[in-house]
Amino acid sequence: MPVSLSSSKVIFNALKQCHVRMLSALPETWLVHLIRMAEEDPEVTLVRLAKEEEGVGISAGAHFAGVKSAMLMQNHGFLASINGIVSFAHLYKIPLLMLISYRGTFGERDPWQTQGGNVTEALLRGMGIPYSFLDEIETVEKRVRQAQTLAESSLQPVALLLTRDLMWEE
Amino acid sequence: MLRLDCLQAVYPELEKCLVVTIMGATAAELHSLGHRPNFFYLQHAMGLASSTGLGLALSLPDQKIVVFDGDGSLLMNLGSLSTMARYRPKNLVHIVFDNESLLSVGGFPTATSTGTDLEGIARAAGIPTVLTVRSVEDFRTAVKHALNGTQLTTIIAKVEARGPAGYVTDLSLVENRFQFRRYIQSLKRP
Repeated sequence: MPVSLSSSKVIFNALKQCHVRMLSALPETWLVHLIRMAEEDPEVTLVRLAKEEEGVGISAGAHFAGVKSAMLMQNHGFLASINGIVSFAHLYKIPLLMLISYRGTFGERDPWQTQGGNVTEALLRGMGIPYSFLDEIETVEKRVRQAQTLAESSLQPVALLLTRDLMWEE
Repeated sequence: MLRLDCLQAVYPELEKCLVVTIMGATAAELHSLGHRPNFFYLQHAMGLASSTGLGLALSLPDQKIVVFDGDGSLLMNLGSLSTMARYRPKNLVHIVFDNESLLSVGGFPTATSTGTDLEGIARAAGIPTVLTVRSVEDFRTAVKHALNGTQLTTIIAKVEARGPAGYVTDLSLVENRFQFRRYIQSLKRP
């Protein structure tokens, strides 16, 4: 599978360096290595979800408990989480670190992913969610740290879009 | 059976627990019995009270967590039962007040009024202990048992579709959230 193992490792290590100790996730092709690393790491609690919106509640509970967390999801999972983000994370000022695989953009071969790619950034902007990209392995660690720092200081959701350039090797 | 009487019956047991409620009548009624800093009222995001309880329970394995859920909220996030069952934290007590109604938004009947069986769904999802209660005494016994037990428990409490006159309390949502977190952090200090 041409999902980048080396990029996944760098992302996972960056999360650990930010003291992220709980990850909620729903499987998606680009996230398989990250999810497996979370499962195999005894310091990290992986919560496998039925639907991504649950992750907002999981992360809020972890935040109340003083545990740093992140959500791993596809952009369609972000779409499925929007009410939770607005009516919990925004309403109650909950920091959320959202790592979103950015499917449906240039290079996408799966027809079913293409609509989600069209609306992801427009929705993030419309919701006032600060976001940036993980697109080069050299800047991953810094971007993850900066996103986590902003989420915690601003008490709000912050998104990192995982791009094809970083996640897919072909 | 009234939800308010159920809440009153277990109110003393909640002192050492972390409590998460759904929005509307449930939040207002628990608040009316006397707010405590260990109570968090999720006044929107229907369905996510159980997820929040799960996040707390997995993060604080030595702390008892009580979620007051409702039929309307749980029906919006039935997948949460499967996620809770997957991790089955033994410190989580999940209570569902089933009044067969979306009372707080006009009283429209939910699917439990036409036969959907939340006890059956919870059991089939894999929740290790599930029971339905129909009297305040049985409710009190079930909650005490679950709090003293060592298994994730879902209690379906069949209650009348009656609630308070209003739902807005004098506690701002954000104040509640900061107080709740500060309370939890204070437990960690020796």
